[in-house]
Amino acid sequence: MLKVDGLDVAYGRILAVSEVDLEIADGEVVALLGPSGCGKSTLLRAIAGLERPTTGTISWNGTDLAGIPIHRRGFGLVFQDGQLFPHRDVAGNVSFGLRMPATQQPPPTLGGGPVASLSAEGAGNEGRRGGLWITGRGGESLGIAARVDEMLELVGLSGYGGRRVTELSGGEQQRVALARALAPHPRLLLLDEPLSALDRALREQLAIDLARLLRESGSTALVVTHDHDEAFTLADRVAVMRAGRIVQVGKPDEVWRRPVDEATARFLGCDLFLDAHADNGVLNCEFGSAPVPWAPDGPVTAGLRPAALRVGDGPTEVTVTARVHRRDHVRLVVDTGGRRVDAVAGIADAPEVGARVRLVLAPDGVAVLSRRG
Amino acid sequence: MRRLFTLTAVALSVAMTASCSLFGSDAGDGKVVLVTHDSFEYDQAVFDKFKADTGITVEVRKSGDAGALTNQLVLTKASPLGDVAFGVDNTFASRALDEGVFVEYRSPEADKGPQRYAIDDTARLTAIDFGDVCVNVDPAALAAANVPVPASLEDLADPKYKDLLVVEDPATSSPGLAFLLATVSQYGQKDFQNYWARLKANGVKVVSGWEEAYTQEFSGSSGKGKRPLVVSYASSPSAELDDKGKPRTAALLDTCFKQVEYAGVLNGAKNTEGARKVLDLLLSVDFQSKVPEKMYVYPTREGVELPAAWAATPPAANASTLPAPDITANRERWIEQWRAAVRG
Amino acid sequence: MARGRSRLRLPDGTGPAVLGLVPLGFLAVFFLWPVAAIIQRGLGSDGLVRVLGSPDTWSVVLFTVGQAAASTVVAVIAAMPVAFLLARCALPGIAVVRAAILVPFVLPTVVVGLAFRSLMPDGGVLSIVLANAFFNVAVVARTVAGLWSHLDRRAENAARALGASPLRAFTSVTLPALRPAIGSAAAIVFLFCATSFGVVLLLGGARYRTLETEIYLRTVDLLDLSGAAALSLIQITAVVAVLVLAALARRRRETAMALRARTETTRRPRGGEWWVAATAYAVVAALMVPIVALVVRSVSTSDGWGLDGYRALSGTGFRGSLQISGLDAAVNSLRAATDATLLALLLGVSASVVLVSLGRSRAHPGFVDTLDTALMLPLGVSAVTVGFGYLITLDALPGDLRTSAALVPLAQAIVVTPLVIRMILPVLRSVDPRLRQAAGSLGASPWRVWREVDIPLAGRSLIAAAAFGFVVALGEFGATSFLARPDSATLPIVIGRLISRPGELNNQMAYAACTMLMVVTVAVVLLVERLRVRSVGEF
Repeated sequence: MLKVDGLDVAYGRILAVSEVDLEIADGEVVALLGPSGCGKSTLLRAIAGLERPTTGTISWNGTDLAGIPIHRRGFGLVFQDGQLFPHRDVAGNVSFGLRMPATQQPPPTLGGGPVASLSAEGAGNEGRRGGLWITGRGGESLGIAARVDEMLELVGLSGYGGRRVTELSGGEQQRVALARALAPHPRLLLLDEPLSALDRALREQLAIDLARLLRESGSTALVVTHDHDEAFTLADRVAVMRAGRIVQVGKPDEVWRRPVDEATARFLGCDLFLDAHADNGVLNCEFGSAPVPWAPDGPVTAGLRPAALRVGDGPTEVTVTARVHRRDHVRLVVDTGGRRVDAVAGIADAPEVGARVRLVLAPDGVAVLSRRG
Repeated sequence: MRRLFTLTAVALSVAMTASCSLFGSDAGDGKVVLVTHDSFEYDQAVFDKFKADTGITVEVRKSGDAGALTNQLVLTKASPLGDVAFGVDNTFASRALDEGVFVEYRSPEADKGPQRYAIDDTARLTAIDFGDVCVNVDPAALAAANVPVPASLEDLADPKYKDLLVVEDPATSSPGLAFLLATVSQYGQKDFQNYWARLKANGVKVVSGWEEAYTQEFSGSSGKGKRPLVVSYASSPSAELDDKGKPRTAALLDTCFKQVEYAGVLNGAKNTEGARKVLDLLLSVDFQSKVPEKMYVYPTREGVELPAAWAATPPAANASTLPAPDITANRERWIEQWRAAVRG
Repeated sequence: MARGRSRLRLPDGTGPAVLGLVPLGFLAVFFLWPVAAIIQRGLGSDGLVRVLGSPDTWSVVLFTVGQAAASTVVAVIAAMPVAFLLARCALPGIAVVRAAILVPFVLPTVVVGLAFRSLMPDGGVLSIVLANAFFNVAVVARTVAGLWSHLDRRAENAARALGASPLRAFTSVTLPALRPAIGSAAAIVFLFCATSFGVVLLLGGARYRTLETEIYLRTVDLLDLSGAAALSLIQITAVVAVLVLAALARRRRETAMALRARTETTRRPRGGEWWVAATAYAVVAALMVPIVALVVRSVSTSDGWGLDGYRALSGTGFRGSLQISGLDAAVNSLRAATDATLLALLLGVSASVVLVSLGRSRAHPGFVDTLDTALMLPLGVSAVTVGFGYLITLDALPGDLRTSAALVPLAQAIVVTPLVIRMILPVLRSVDPRLRQAAGSLGASPWRVWREVDIPLAGRSLIAAAAFGFVVALGEFGATSFLARPDSATLPIVIGRLISRPGELNNQMAYAACTMLMVVTVAVVLLVERLRVRSVGEF
């Protein structure tokens, strides 16, 4: 288990990470979510052993990692742009960690192939709890080759072993980087914006693959990302970071539905904040009411995402001032009488600019915050 | 790559061991370091025999020309580079003596000819060989141009020999300096500039080194240049032989300057006794008889047999000389005056 | 602010920092100390004032800088098409061109000087400039080609797509990208030309004097140590100025760069590119003119053609002009150059590792730059200054190295090390730190990261540096002639010896030895560069 306690990391006089506490349980995937420059990469680098904390501790199963350099931590690292070794082929990259001396590394957690991996998870966790392991990997070159094949199969690149890494597409490179990081059974996998360099369609597909893979391999992982879709797809828990601090930690839907403050809500897509009142799971506001079970009774602030307001049969009548076609809906800007807000409509019945339409409150796009002030 | 790495590692360690082995010093009573210039050549057999006779190994350390050698000896007089030095010539001897580089040693062999070239009576330097720097001539080329072979320095200023002479710059070349000294000796400090002005008017070509003058400009060498007159050594013709083994070129014996090379025991030598024996060796018949062949100079010892080809080129009877202290005192000024006369 | 201090403890750089003591110590003992000692000895008297006050001094300085600048310009202009040929063109015989342009480097200056003299009898300054450029075209061509071959063609293509002519695309896209390499190579060439000795002495005589020849003559002929020391100080000041300028030019280059495989960037020339390639071949042909002249002389005899000179190589010259045979000298040459190259690689790589580690640990950049500049100094200090410095310092070391043959490879390594650093450092600096971090996260210790990541990535440059360094060591004349013992004479020394002797056979043998030196050079360079293809992946 990783435990970060009261961590500060400073660059000169600038505090990049401030008073961070974070725990990652074995087998858990935590996403560190925040806008760029919020300090999330610095936190990841500090955990990896690449930055020296100013104060605070980082420990693994109770052992302080302060004096332990990166290569003895047994943490896997995946960068945004792969950083594959250009002078080695795909297999050479994946086998790299397997050839390194196995000091203080955990024993294999992934005995069988990916199919067996779900059942292997428990055993792996068992092993990890033993603290810092000082064992030989026991992998002879045959074992290494088998492990490389296994990893390539896991990331869907079977048979790619002999390819030059410069010949791979961006997505393939990231898969190899992942296979390389996973091969030596890291105790913790650190992923720094692993998908941001890819184009969107690939990113979404790979996010799903990555989520499956992390679970199948039973990995404990910390994913740094600025993309909440990615965070919610991958993570068991999300830690939202802003200006060097972790402002909220929770399960993805908790964070999504109950952001801790307005800035967090804005970061998570809310751009309209209204005073509202909740009664028995029903939220009432100027755009009407809707069942919002996660709203606590009493006065609250509702944070609305564009999807919270749909063209339909609601109480408010507005004028459409702009429309943009999106992949599966139409995004509208509507005038509510002096105020412009975002709303959505279905593709089939999207109104023209200038049309008068009614809006209905849709619970999916609603975040609930404690009342301001 | 891996293989290369291993290869490099192995090579590196080999190289380091090799280098380390070179650091070892085999100092001992049986070794004498002979410091000399880079024109010093010798017959290994003579040194081998010497070792067999005396148990002394002579280690030769060459560095630079005669000037560099002298100045190195001066610089290192507090911690000399060796035990005995050879190759300080009469143009540099005074500086070395003034600086106290050498200690007195009167070799029992020194009165068998070398005494004729002694600088002073302190016996700190002993003459080993001498060579004359003379104008060399290519008689065939002159004959082809219907010009007689010149005889004297004065002839060289004659319009008959316009554009035929090539000399070395005395500032950068040791034969060049010797030839300048020959003109100073013959025309005196007052008139030598005037002589050079006449040479200049007569189309003398000045190049920076002997190599260029002799191998490239001179018509009598393999370079087949355009000028049949060149400043070189009295011994050079003995290396330019025709099919019958006769020299194709000749030295003009009335244009010569005598360069004498000396040896001496170094002040502060580790092995003074050995150094003295090596000096004796340099004066021995064994070594002296190889001097012509190896270094193209004449032995100072009398009665040493010369190679057959040398019979045609005897030492110049009346080669010019100047007192060594005068040379040391004035060389820089004479070179400046020469430059003013020739470069204008 | 705590960061700045704590990082000095170098979490992953402690090893390399210790390693750095090796080259620094070596440099201090075998370079700084001797040079400082000889200069200090000269400064005691009024030399500095006398020399600085003399207008003669300043005309020498002016000529030194002027001829070096002109030679550098000529070398750069001549080298650019050759660099294009080496970097961008897939044509047969490129490997031979790569090797052949290095040949001038090994030729003894006296031989090249004679060749230029016979080709341009009244050349004067022009012949000095051309001869210096002749020696140095390879430096520019190979350095620039090294970078050019890794530049992504797509930037040029983008410029072309935006309507730029090929020339415009070159001047607006490629040239700026190459500028750091050109600047860096030009700085080295400038140093080589400013301190070029043999050629200037032979072609310039006492008329065209440079600081280097003046220092030599004052030291060796006049023992005017105070004058020489003053001139040395001027020379060192000028050299440092050039190095600082070069460091500024380099700074941009040595940022991380996306390197492409050479195979991705070469192709057969098209259209106007043929003109450039043709110009390159013309330059190479021009470089070969003095070389061919040498070969011709080696087979010329008084009665036509013959191989007497070559046959004589197994002997010791006409009436034993040499202490050892020509072939022995060749073996000596190879041996000394190999020792020097390996030593220089060891020193150069460890110095580069230290410079890179210090840079990464965000040590004070001024300190890193100063160190970098100091390591270049041996290129700009007269060999005779160092040689005379040895005489008055090295006797303090055990075993009196002054008379040891080991000094030859040591002195050669001093000259080669800066070149190795200049070739390795840019590549090591361009390695993305995250690549190293990735390796670290996979369990590689800092040493292992160097071994598995940095060094292999620098492999190509390492081998190029080895080849180049070897060639420079092979041709080194100044220091070697000063230090070599008669039985350890190298080929350039033997050639110098033979050519300063009368007799046709000696002359032919000298030129035959030159030819042998050239053949050995090309063979070694081809061999070393072939190693690269086999054992290092193209990337």
